[in-house]
Amino acid sequence: MSGVRVLVGTAKGAFILTSDGKREHWKVEGPLFAGWTIYHMKASPVDSNRIYASQCSDWFGQVIQRSNDGGKTWEQPGGEVRMDITGAPPAASNMFVYEGDAGTHMWYDGTPHPWEFKRIWHLEPSLTEVDVVYAGAEDAALFRSKDGAMTWQELPGLRAQRGSEWQPGAGGLGVHTILLDPSDPNRIFVAISAAGAFRTDDGGTTWKPINRGLRSKYIPDPDAEIGHCVHRLAMHPSRPDVLFMQLHWNVMRTDNAGELWTNISGNLPTDFGFPIDVHAHEPETIYVVPIKSDSEHYVHEGKLRVYRSRTGGMDWEPLTNGLPQENCFVNVLRDAMATDTLEECGIYFGTTGGQVYVSPDGGDHWKAIVHDLPRVLSVEVQTLP
Amino acid sequence: MTKHTIRVVMPYHLQTLAKIGSEISLDVDSPVTYESVIDAIEAAYPMLRGTIRDHVTKRRRPLLRYFVCSKDASHEPPDTPVPDAILSGAEPFIIWGAIAGG
Repeated sequence: MSGVRVLVGTAKGAFILTSDGKREHWKVEGPLFAGWTIYHMKASPVDSNRIYASQCSDWFGQVIQRSNDGGKTWEQPGGEVRMDITGAPPAASNMFVYEGDAGTHMWYDGTPHPWEFKRIWHLEPSLTEVDVVYAGAEDAALFRSKDGAMTWQELPGLRAQRGSEWQPGAGGLGVHTILLDPSDPNRIFVAISAAGAFRTDDGGTTWKPINRGLRSKYIPDPDAEIGHCVHRLAMHPSRPDVLFMQLHWNVMRTDNAGELWTNISGNLPTDFGFPIDVHAHEPETIYVVPIKSDSEHYVHEGKLRVYRSRTGGMDWEPLTNGLPQENCFVNVLRDAMATDTLEECGIYFGTTGGQVYVSPDGGDHWKAIVHDLPRVLSVEVQTLP
Repeated sequence: MTKHTIRVVMPYHLQTLAKIGSEISLDVDSPVTYESVIDAIEAAYPMLRGTIRDHVTKRRRPLLRYFVCSKDASHEPPDTPVPDAILSGAEPFIIWGAIAGG
C-alpha cells in the first residue's frame, strides 16, 4: 500500500511524519538537527530517498544537509572528517557566494545596502536529475548545484533584473518560491519578497519580471514592474502556464505564464495570506489560508479556515471540519502547505503554533497529526509507492 | 616546522554538526595564531567551514566568541599568536556561542 512522508521544517529542528495511504495513524520522528532552524526540506522527484534540507542558525550560519536514505541518516555533502588534510580542499556545501561584484540592493529606508548572504529559504530539486538542486537565498538570489549540493553557483541573471532597486519585506529579501516547468526544462519561475515574480526561458541565464496586472497599494507606484510583495506561487504540473499567486494582499492567477495576472480574491473574507496550493488531480481546485491583515498575522476572527476554490478562484468555500473555530490566533507561513498525489488528494499545512494538519479528502475533513511542535516554517509531502 | 597540539572546546551545536565531543585536539604548525587554529579546525572538520567564520572574508561570525586563558580574545587580530598556555596545552582555546535569542 502506498504511503506518505511529510517533511516538516520548524524553528527548532526538523520532523518527519509518515503514514500509510489512509493517513489516519502517524509515526512522528524528530527533532532532527535539534535546536537549529530548518527553513525547508524537500525530496527529489527522481529518487524519493534523496532529501535536501536547509539548516541554519543566527550563530553558525547556513548548513545544507542531504539524505540518501529517506531521512534516516544525513550528511553535509563534501564535509567528511579529514584527518589527513593534504590534497584538494574539500567542497563547501554551505558556501553561497554571489557572482562578481554583488553591489547593493535597497534597504528599508531607501538607502543602498550591500548584498549579504543570510540563509537559504527554499530548496527545489530538479525534476529530472537527482544531483541538480536549486536554492533560493536571502538576500535574494538563485543558486544551483549540479553535484548533489556539494558546491553552489549563483544564476546572476536574476539579480540583473534591477536588483539594486529590490527592497526587503518585513521578513527579509528572499527567494521563497522556485517552480520548475515540467514541460520545458529551460523555464523556471521564482518569486521574491518584496521584488515580485520572475521567469527565465533559457535555463536561468536571463530573466524577466512577470508582474503585469499586480496592484500593490503599499508601494509608490501600485502597478510597478517590480517591487510587489509576492508571498507564494503555485502551479499544477499538467498546466505549467497557469500559475496561482498569494500576493501580499490579493489572490491572483495567470493563464499565460505570468504575462498578465488577474485578481481572483472573490468572496474571501480577507485576501491577505501566505500559502497557496493546487489539488493534485484537479488543476482548478486551489487552497489558501486567509490571514487577518499585514498588521495582524493570524487567522481571521480567531477561526482557522482553509478556503478552497473549485473554479480556479473567485468562488471560495471555507473548510473548517476538524479545525479550531474559536480562540485560534496562528499563522500559516508561505512554505507550510503541501499536497500529496494519492488517489484521494491529501492537503497538509503547518502553523506557527506548532500544529500540522492533514485532510485526506481534499479539504473536507481535517485532523491534527501533531499539536505541539515548534513554529512550523515549511511542510512538504512525498507520496511513496 | 614545530607542531603544537592545541586543545579546542567547541559549542554544543558544532559538536553535533561535526559529531565530536566537547573538546578536540589538533596539531597546528608554529607560529600558532588565532587564525591558524581556525584554519586547522576547518581543515580537519570541513563540515564546520563557514560556521565559525565567513567563507570569503574570514571574519568571525558575530555571535561567536573566542575565549583564551579566561579572557575574551574575540577582537584580537587574526594573526595574534595564542598565549603560551594554549601552546602547551595547559588551557583550551574556547569557541563559544553568545548568549542571545529564544
